[in-house]
Amino acid sequence: MIQVKNLYKGFNNQEVLRGISYTFERGKTNLIIGQSGSGKSVFLKCMLGLFKADKGTIEYDGKPYSSFSDEEQRELRTEIGMLFQGGALFDSMTVEENVMFPLRMFTKQRKKEMLSRVHEVLERVNLDGTGDKMPSEISGGMQKRVAIARAIVNKPKYLFCDEPNSGLDPQTATVIDNLIQEITHENDITTVLITHDMNSVLEIGERIAFLKDGKLAWKGTKDEIFQTDDETVTNFVYSSNLFQKVREAQLKGL
Amino acid sequence: MTYLHSIGEYFLMLKGVFGRMTKGSVLRNLILKEINELIMGSLGIVAFLSFFIGAVVAIQTALNLNNPLIPKSLVAYAARQSVILEFAPTFISIIMAGKVGSFITSSIGSMRVTEQIDALEVMGINSKNYLIFPKIIAMLTYPFVIAISMFLGIVGAYCAAVLGNFVPSDEFITGLQDDFNGFHLTYAFIKTFLFAIILATVPAYHGYYMKGGALEVGEASTTSFVWTSVVLIVTNYVVTQLLLS
Repeated sequence: MIQVKNLYKGFNNQEVLRGISYTFERGKTNLIIGQSGSGKSVFLKCMLGLFKADKGTIEYDGKPYSSFSDEEQRELRTEIGMLFQGGALFDSMTVEENVMFPLRMFTKQRKKEMLSRVHEVLERVNLDGTGDKMPSEISGGMQKRVAIARAIVNKPKYLFCDEPNSGLDPQTATVIDNLIQEITHENDITTVLITHDMNSVLEIGERIAFLKDGKLAWKGTKDEIFQTDDETVTNFVYSSNLFQKVREAQLKGL
Repeated sequence: MTYLHSIGEYFLMLKGVFGRMTKGSVLRNLILKEINELIMGSLGIVAFLSFFIGAVVAIQTALNLNNPLIPKSLVAYAARQSVILEFAPTFISIIMAGKVGSFITSSIGSMRVTEQIDALEVMGINSKNYLIFPKIIAMLTYPFVIAISMFLGIVGAYCAAVLGNFVPSDEFITGLQDDFNGFHLTYAFIKTFLFAIILATVPAYHGYYMKGGALEVGEASTTSFVWTSVVLIVTNYVVTQLLLS
């Protein structure tokens, strides 16, 4: 569980986050949604400690992460897995070396044990047999799955995903969404996922926080978000034609 | 003010480099990889340039010694002094600022742009140590490159002077040994050591703190070359003033 209380962050006298308080629950996919520029990525980077918050607290299972020193934060980050928007795979390493990287850095396992774990997670993300390929030799969807494998190889307690579906076709996006949700449930981890893709909300939005202008404008579940009359949320949710039609059908009782 | 900020940021980066260390076995492989890329990969161009620089110095000196009272052995003396004191350590280092420096800036800058540095930080790795420390250690072998450069520069001078019939071989060898001051070699290697640190860290600074996308990686490489050259030249002056004047 990650608890954020009254979080503020600004750049050059411009406030980006304005007093966000929210709890991300363990064993669930917690989605942060909102328009571009609403502060989602800054919020995520503050939670990871890549940006230092101006005010407020962040607690990881009761540990006061925001008041930790840089070294203490680094220590706790070994329990975090992160899936970046572009995958952020190390392009000088093969798929296998990329996935093995956290194990090499933080465990004393023998190479045979590490390889066994790497193949286990690659199999879990349906990528067994691609270990010797370079990231540039595989598709964008496969790169995302390698990044997921790297994020979970060290059995993290917390998983962060920054727009995991960006640049992917709808079918691959659904595969990635479902994979993240399955992994969250299987390993009982706290997953925080940023998206502005409503299909993801529909697929895996167990808990949703809606940000607008750096504030928490709404929170609820995927069922609640399609029922709410809150105008700020409905304007965002029904901005796509598809969801507008779904809404019309709902109102007509179809 | 911006310059002061950059200087402060550079020294804070250096402090960070020697902060939390990367696991030893990983670091060893990284250092060997950097030695291969930065040092071994530069030997060819350094050898080529050094040989021809030495040759040109010898020819130009020979062509300017018209007075029959001046011994021909002075060609070898002048070539030796020029190569050891200046051409091998300084000129080659400026070439290396273009080759190795641009490589360091663009490789670290690309990692910044593609969030690979953020990925390292999120994993709890000291990215400054992981990326920059192995480069500093690898560059500590740079004086060997300069030693090879000095040798080949003198070989180039010998070939040009003797094969070009400017100086007889035995006179060239005599000139090479004339009035030799061992401290000049010490001076050359002290400044080479400082240049090695500069060549590893100034480009790394420009790559690590760059902002933007692919276009900015190119800009950072150019800026890095200019600033590395400026710092090399200023350091060269200061060290020369302190050690030789």
